[in-house]
Amino acid sequence: MTPLSRKGWIELCLRPPVILDGAWGSLLQQRGLPAGTAPEAWNLTHPGEVLAAGKAYVQAGSQIILTNTFGGTQISLARHGLAEQTFEINRTGAELSKRAAGSEALVFGSIGPTGTMLMMGEITSTRMSEAFLEQANALKEGGADGLVIETMSDLEEAVLATRAAAATGLPVVSCMVFDSGPQNHHTMMGITPAQAADAFEKAGAWAVGANCGRGPDDFLPLCHAFRAATRLPLWMKPNAGLPEIEDGKTVYRMTAGEFAELVRPLWEQGGAAFIGGCCGTDPSFIHALQTNPPA
Amino acid sequence: MDDILNKLSHCIEFGKTDRASPWPPDMKDQDGAHELALKALELGHSPDLILESLVAGMEVVGRKFSENKIFVPQMLMSAKAMKAAMEHLKPAFESGRAKRKGIFVIGTVQGDLHDIGKNIVAMYIEGNGYEVVDLGVDVKPEQFLAEIEKRPECVVGLSALLTTTMINMKRTVALIREKHPNQVICVGGAPVTEKFCRDINADFYSPDPQGAVTFLNKLAS
Repeated sequence: MTPLSRKGWIELCLRPPVILDGAWGSLLQQRGLPAGTAPEAWNLTHPGEVLAAGKAYVQAGSQIILTNTFGGTQISLARHGLAEQTFEINRTGAELSKRAAGSEALVFGSIGPTGTMLMMGEITSTRMSEAFLEQANALKEGGADGLVIETMSDLEEAVLATRAAAATGLPVVSCMVFDSGPQNHHTMMGITPAQAADAFEKAGAWAVGANCGRGPDDFLPLCHAFRAATRLPLWMKPNAGLPEIEDGKTVYRMTAGEFAELVRPLWEQGGAAFIGGCCGTDPSFIHALQTNPPA
Repeated sequence: MDDILNKLSHCIEFGKTDRASPWPPDMKDQDGAHELALKALELGHSPDLILESLVAGMEVVGRKFSENKIFVPQMLMSAKAMKAAMEHLKPAFESGRAKRKGIFVIGTVQGDLHDIGKNIVAMYIEGNGYEVVDLGVDVKPEQFLAEIEKRPECVVGLSALLTTTMINMKRTVALIREKHPNQVICVGGAPVTEKFCRDINADFYSPDPQGAVTFLNKLAS
């Protein structure tokens, strides 16, 4: 598949809903990734398992899959003693997803938060920007068709990531997690969809949206709030609700069918161009989105 | 209440740490919690009275947070201002002239390396007049146990951010309960719920730091 041009991007956005993927970490855990270890390390140590996770989503009907690089900034990887392998982990992550995607899907490189707070003076914005730029460049070198900034709470951090990603020239999607305040319409740091949309548009994002959160039923109002603030395409990847613990195992009660019932309206009524899932979803959830297309 | 103590409460409520701090913008170039706490001591106010006005400011912060009028950043700035003022009161606490409200031992459970949420809670509880012992991240159940044995009067707080590591909360609670059945244990973190707290036999869950402070205040009173 040729790299995604601006024209190709527009054509893609004109054929919604574009089906995204679901959670990766839990798939890798099913394949033996121990809890609490960095999933990103598996790009180098267990590439076959990472490839299989990507393929599972492509087979389920994902038109865009992400990469196993969510915690892939040097700042996050340093906590696991992997700082020096940052570039390789990200480049390989993109390469593995590209192999899984073949000619069936596009690959967007995943960039998550660094786990540090700018406002507390734990880190400088320069250092943070450098880390995002390193990750974005590595993902591009590995062949990513676009980049997605996700699960952000702090607008300043998300904007730094967006700018770094945009500097690669690839299409950039910027998302935050809205799980606080009245109706869960603010991020933990108090940012609204309107503030996020405005800042991301100025920072060079090609699409904006929300992921993770407390459950898909929060997302239709979020779509409306984003729609009122921007004309950029919307990207929505909700969790399958909140987890419960049963016999020492994490369980999400929501079924793939229930999830699809709640997520399809994000396109039908909310105007989202891209829909997929986050924590608690697996290829069967993506398949449910795919095999029950809206009339 | 004295004017300077009122001003101090105001600085805590709005997160004004010191004169140099640019936050909040409308208090630029004014004295902050750092300067005012020092002045209050020089004027002869007792450390207990000063702490009381700090806590009064913090209570407003907690209320506004519960009412969704402010978010984590504002709360953190208030906690930072509180910390700046508390620095001046430390000698009085250490010499026993003034009393802390209690001891809170906090850590992120084994296998989990996330510390933002845990740090926010630690700062906020410290800002509310408690001594906080922060054991850091990836804390083994045995480390919690050792700390409890050193400080039998403490309340323990367990944090986890991942659905995959919250399981370790259960193991930690079980080990503590084995030796200290009456130890008070609080749990928190993104995937944690009230039901999970009950299921693993912990004592208290709150979705936000203010809930934890309200709970601790009840225990301390």
